[in-house]
Amino acid sequence: MPRPTVRYARDVAVVAFAQSDHLRRTDELSEVEMVMPVLHQVLAQTGLKAGEIGFTCSGSSDYLAGRAFSFTMTLDGVGAWPPISESHVEMDGAWALYEAWVKIQTGEADTALVYSYGKSSPGSVRDVLTRQLDPYYLAPLWPDSVALAALQAQALIDAGETDEPALAAIGARSRAAAEANPHAQLSGSVPQGDYQVRPLRTGDCPPIGDGAAAVILAAGDTARRLCARPAWITGIDHRIEAHALGLRDLTDSPSTRIAAERAGVFEAPLDTAELHAPFSSQEVVLRKVLGLGDGVAVNPSGGALAANPVMAAGLIRIGEAAARIHRGESDRAVAHATSGPCLQQNLVAVLEGDPA
Amino acid sequence: MTAPASPPEVLRAPLVVEFPFTRSLGPVQSAFLTGLREGVVLGVKTSDGTVMVPPVEYDPRTAEEIRELVEVAATGTVTTWAWNGRPRPNQPLDTPFAWVLVKLDGADTALLHALDAPGPESVRTGMRVRVRWAAERTGAITDIACFEPHDGPAAGQAAPHDGNFAEPVTGIVAEARLDYSYSPGRAQTAYISGLSEQKTIGERCPSCHKVYVPPRGACPTCGVATTDQVEVGPAGTVTTYCIVNIKARNLDIEVPYVYAHIALDGAGLALHGRIGGIPYDEVRMGLRVEPVWTEGGRYPDHYRPTGEPDADYDAYKELI
Ligand SMILES: [Zn+2]
Repeated sequence: MPRPTVRYARDVAVVAFAQSDHLRRTDELSEVEMVMPVLHQVLAQTGLKAGEIGFTCSGSSDYLAGRAFSFTMTLDGVGAWPPISESHVEMDGAWALYEAWVKIQTGEADTALVYSYGKSSPGSVRDVLTRQLDPYYLAPLWPDSVALAALQAQALIDAGETDEPALAAIGARSRAAAEANPHAQLSGSVPQGDYQVRPLRTGDCPPIGDGAAAVILAAGDTARRLCARPAWITGIDHRIEAHALGLRDLTDSPSTRIAAERAGVFEAPLDTAELHAPFSSQEVVLRKVLGLGDGVAVNPSGGALAANPVMAAGLIRIGEAAARIHRGESDRAVAHATSGPCLQQNLVAVLEGDPA
Repeated sequence: MTAPASPPEVLRAPLVVEFPFTRSLGPVQSAFLTGLREGVVLGVKTSDGTVMVPPVEYDPRTAEEIRELVEVAATGTVTTWAWNGRPRPNQPLDTPFAWVLVKLDGADTALLHALDAPGPESVRTGMRVRVRWAAERTGAITDIACFEPHDGPAAGQAAPHDGNFAEPVTGIVAEARLDYSYSPGRAQTAYISGLSEQKTIGERCPSCHKVYVPPRGACPTCGVATTDQVEVGPAGTVTTYCIVNIKARNLDIEVPYVYAHIALDGAGLALHGRIGGIPYDEVRMGLRVEPVWTEGGRYPDHYRPTGEPDADYDAYKELI
């Protein structure tokens, strides 16, 4: 296998990944108490001290915590004094990783710590997520996240692209795969259950839970020094489409397709795909636009149907894909993260290992 | 006093976040929402002739400004749906209903709303529906109470509309309330539990040995968990202060009063509190103070002088 084609100013790789056990509730832990062990684990993998990190970027949401500037509380866990170079996105940590990757590309940092977390348990996440919708036409109706995904699922069924048994099989496959993932919240045989919002049943929907994840990025020789087999980010891109659901073809995801093209997904075969598809129906859309064939292992970690800590689940996809490269189980993987209703925003990264 | 951190007895309390989300409307949204109040559904027409309902002000494909208003019918066709067997609070209907995207007759895009139907068997993509208007309308998306099944053919084309109405709606208030059950975590639970016994409990960093009050469970310098609980105070030293001359609403304290940073004995950083029991212009750095608890108070009401000699500057300069 030839050396991966790197199209950017600097070679940047994921060199370490850690995540918490994802649990339905973590009442005994504040956000920083939940995040800190994960930070320590990811630093320990590289031997770096907190003060040696060039840039730190996190992702989280105040609406989950129910208070403003909630991310400042977890900053204590990274050793933010004396002052560090730090930033935050009110998004899934995959977008924090993108910001950190840009920072390294500019040459202003050689290493970056990226982390994200979400505690969904204090509130009702289905209702909380309605507050991210258009405030004029949608938010006053309180359409919850499951309802919006169900509209997309029905559109796919009407288009003949899936049916309820096929959706159930996606959930079953994901939770079976999660048996090999000690961090997963749901694994093994899980009943498909009743309709939540028809046509989606409980088994088509993600578990609600709390969790955190962290990765370390490094450039060039630093990456080689910190990791035996770095997961090089040979392509990364993110795209957004129109806010209004009624303007979009819900059976398609042009933003994912464009991001994948720009990231170079289609330039060589893949062996692994970690897709952020919180609903089984969304995996149908993503497989189609990414052109994933049977030879690709899709969500060997179990994916978001096995653990979906809001704001961390997308970063975990990048981390899981990278970890497979670190372990030599993958040579070329695609990682995908989403945000917003019905795959509104999508980030796609290609990760490659050096040839053995 | 030093004790190992005890297993948490988790505190939990309801936390309600309420906000009136106040938004002004541009010309297009104003016309649309005012139209709903008047029982008229408006859309916008893009330069390629696409009619968007609900309307947007900029073409999502070209970013071109769109201002050409048109009127569409109050009847339409379901483009996709989802049966909601268990309506959640605040949703348009409190009986089971279908969420629907509806392409109104004359429109090329779909509007999200609720469909009142007897059951999922009676709903399908392609079915014909019409608007059921709310009895009282204010200029909001909820002026459409919901959709209802409708037997009838598609009703014609979009017609030009000037968008002019008497007393147009220029803003909306989207009321929101989210209910949480807040748990402060291990370290803050210990702090709050200590206060209930009129004790101030900090936590010591195992690495730099600084004692944090109130503790948040982590040392921000070392990035490690603070583990050992330490009772600090009750007395402390004023490290800096300010004189407040503005009366806060709902606060029953005469101005001027003094607000100070107070380093409790044994603490590695200062917390803040009000100083009482001394004229405001006699408060000074180094003043020794102690907490004053009111009957049933859950934290010190204020701090008052202990009568001890002032602390030496060198004793607290690191904590300013
Ligand atoms: Zn420390």
